[in-house]
Amino acid sequence: MGNYVKVLVFGVITLGAMIAANFARDLAYQVNALVIMAAAFGMFIYTLRNTDEPVPAHKLEAEYMDGVIRYGVIATVIWGLVGFAAGTFIAFQLAFPNLNFDWLNGVGNFGRLRPLHTSAVIFAFGGNALIATSFYVVQRTSAARLWGGNLAWFVFWGYQLFIVLAATGYMFGATQSKEYAEPEWLADWLLTVVWLAYLAVFLGTVIRRNQPHIYVANWFYMGFIVTVAMLHVFNNLSVPVSLFGSKSVQVFSGVQDAMTQWWYGHNAVGFFLTAGFLGMMYYFIPKQAERPVFSYKLSIIHFWALIFIYIWAGPHHLHYTALPDWAATLGMVFSIVLWMPSWGGMINGLMTLSGAWDKLRTDPILRMLVISVGFYGMSTFEGPMMSIRIVNSLSHYTDWTIGHVHSGALGWNGMITFGALYFLVPRLWNRQALYSLNAVSWHFWLATIGIVLYAASMWVSGIMEGLMWREVDANGFLVNSFADTVSAKFPMYVVRGLGGVLYLAGALIMTWNLYMTVKRVPMAARVTATAQPAE
Amino acid sequence: MSKKPVKKEVPTTGHSWDGIEEYDNPMPRWWLWTFYACIVFAIGYSIAYPAWPMINRATPGLLGYSTRQDGEAALIAAAQANDVINTKLAETELADISKDPELVTYATNAGAAVFRTWCAQCHGSGAAGVQANGYPNLLDDDWLWGGAIDDIHTTISHGIRNTMDDDARYSEMPAFGDILEQEQIAQVTNFVMSLSGDADSPDMIADGAIVFEENCAACHAEDGTGDRAQGAPNLTDAVWLYGDGYDHIFAQISKARNGVMPNWNTRLSEPEIRAVSIYVHSLGGGE
Ligand code: HEC
Ligand code: HEC
Repeated sequence: MGNYVKVLVFGVITLGAMIAANFARDLAYQVNALVIMAAAFGMFIYTLRNTDEPVPAHKLEAEYMDGVIRYGVIATVIWGLVGFAAGTFIAFQLAFPNLNFDWLNGVGNFGRLRPLHTSAVIFAFGGNALIATSFYVVQRTSAARLWGGNLAWFVFWGYQLFIVLAATGYMFGATQSKEYAEPEWLADWLLTVVWLAYLAVFLGTVIRRNQPHIYVANWFYMGFIVTVAMLHVFNNLSVPVSLFGSKSVQVFSGVQDAMTQWWYGHNAVGFFLTAGFLGMMYYFIPKQAERPVFSYKLSIIHFWALIFIYIWAGPHHLHYTALPDWAATLGMVFSIVLWMPSWGGMINGLMTLSGAWDKLRTDPILRMLVISVGFYGMSTFEGPMMSIRIVNSLSHYTDWTIGHVHSGALGWNGMITFGALYFLVPRLWNRQALYSLNAVSWHFWLATIGIVLYAASMWVSGIMEGLMWREVDANGFLVNSFADTVSAKFPMYVVRGLGGVLYLAGALIMTWNLYMTVKRVPMAARVTATAQPAE
Repeated sequence: MSKKPVKKEVPTTGHSWDGIEEYDNPMPRWWLWTFYACIVFAIGYSIAYPAWPMINRATPGLLGYSTRQDGEAALIAAAQANDVINTKLAETELADISKDPELVTYATNAGAAVFRTWCAQCHGSGAAGVQANGYPNLLDDDWLWGGAIDDIHTTISHGIRNTMDDDARYSEMPAFGDILEQEQIAQVTNFVMSLSGDADSPDMIADGAIVFEENCAACHAEDGTGDRAQGAPNLTDAVWLYGDGYDHIFAQISKARNGVMPNWNTRLSEPEIRAVSIYVHSLGGGE
């Protein structure tokens, strides 16, 4: 019965998308409509073929739902490679503008590829990592199967569709020009539905847990999911110009719009890239180190402090703009108060190793997880520092900001995700071990050196250009033209690009290693993944 | 598990999630105190600076700080510092400025700064222009509209072919694609090439000279040396605004681009315009 409804729905969507593609007012919209049409038609055929097939009788409810996590792991790896490659390419475009090829007719220009890169790494790579690990962690620590049956699959595929719509939109020229919220209304609406489904699956699982308490990792995941839903909806309040075009008009304007944007933008960092990934940290570090978490008290206090304070820090992105001074002050002081709550996570991560430091020598996966926490600590110190008004007057609009973001993104988000992937793949595919620990070491060093090159070159170039912009002579006249500062940065741009090459090379080694693990390593003795309390 | 005994074994909270336990350690002292210190700083700072929104306006802060005022004060201070010499610069006859070394030094400096901020985007930070795109080189002595200090000053003040300033320099080369035969354009292209170098097809030069005489000489002069009153370039000097070679020259004759530059008299002050005029004049081509 259910299948007949589904077939009908998919059929209607296919037809609707076909009509939309026909009436499309712009290329980006047309491509998006065709993508939706293809996806819905695929589902239509798939459901049709499965209709009236006998349903396997054995009871699934007692087992963890790992299939969707395996897909999530694969998607994380693939999108990661896409995102890193795009990033490395645009890094070289900045050094060598000739790489903006004319024959690509604008599609391959820096302006289109930059949002492609940021969305690919943050939302496609990071987002898939968060969804996959959260599904894994919430089942294990709640000793319950994912709630909602196939809803988890809807979350996974719906999210991939969102990514493809966003990416093709950028390439063909659709953007609302809000950083990290570039996708136009069509993709935004889809994401809203998918995200609410994600929230339902996660909460549903926590509610049906077979554990008296909710593990701290799950609080962080919940904080992340709930807040991102709110941020996404508010920052994307806009009215489509036409149902058959990708363009929409923002509801807010002027400084209100800027404030909403950076309230969103900063909390995308705070809740997507910090709270969510702290959830990962709180599971994978104690697991891999096989040690208890350092302090329960600290974990509660820093969780609530982080959640309450982060949300006010956004105005520090708008120092010295039309934003009123009072709002900028508040953004700054909240950012400074945020320093210790952020570091609470670092302390809990690092101190969990006390008594197991020797493992760092032998276990490259643990090393990866630990260095990620180190980078986390570094960038959550740098952030509050950069939010201070006077520091910001030097750092704002320079490459320093780019360096700051990447020590966080490559160091913290990237490394902890790699560690989690190395942890997950043998377990999800039921393999005895990883294919090669040596390769993990190689990955570790390539990535670390890559990050160091990246961050160091951007510090130098950022501070240099900041100083060059403000340099005046004895009569108070500017010494440098903007173009002078651009050409002075050239060597640093090349170094940064090389950092990207190393980081990408590390990720390629990881991909090979994970593939070989699944392909070559013998099966482990079958442990059925049953949903039972651990004790 | 390679559990080394920790010095003093702290109890765990007693739960285990998928094998993970949590110690009941207190929060590190230094962490807590630094957290408190940050909060105290935040409160202090928000008392000193504009911070808390109230019903009509936000608390102004004890220091009376405002970014806007700060910025304005800095601008005023800079203006005052140069006030005397700026007045002198504006009041001295343009032609006499070069006789006052103090003014010249100041104006060249200031002019260079104005140039880097307002002119480099089009003319390049070294003022060498972007030839094939129609941005003239300001370093050479090849002038479209004149290279005396007064000419340069007029060009910069009023701009060229813009719609904002009625006194802007103006002229328009017609698009000969609609007026002449393709063959004739090919001929005159070869003639123009022959003025400064070698033509592509030397046998067309003679016919081209006739076409030139009839259609072009009024602006570019009989001998092709141009006319500064109309901004018509000298075609005999191998300096090209829209690129050299047969294709570029052919394109300019048949489609005729006419360059536009904004007027600066509404954006820059008179001393600034004079300073940048002197700077441009000093670059090597001034007459
Ligand atoms: C938007 C681009 C643009 C900017 C900015 C600009 N110019 Fe120009 N400028 C031009 C163009 C185009 C021409 C040539 C117009 C023509 O073809 O006659 C020109 C011509 C000139 C000329 C005349 C050259 C000659 O041979 O007679 C001078 C002098 C000049 N610019 C000075 C300046 C100065 C000084 C500034 C800064 C205050 C400036 N320009 C800013 C585009 C620009
Ligand atoms: C009404 C006056 C006028 C007439 C007639 C005219 N020109 Fe021009 N020509 C100009 C002006 C003015 C420019 C410069 C346009 C600019 O500054 O953007 C110019 C530019 C050119 C250039 C480009 C020079 C360079 O440095 O790139 C060529 C070549 C040229 N003219 C050839 C001709 C030929 C050949 C004819 C006759 C068929 C002709 N012009 C007729 C006014 C004229």
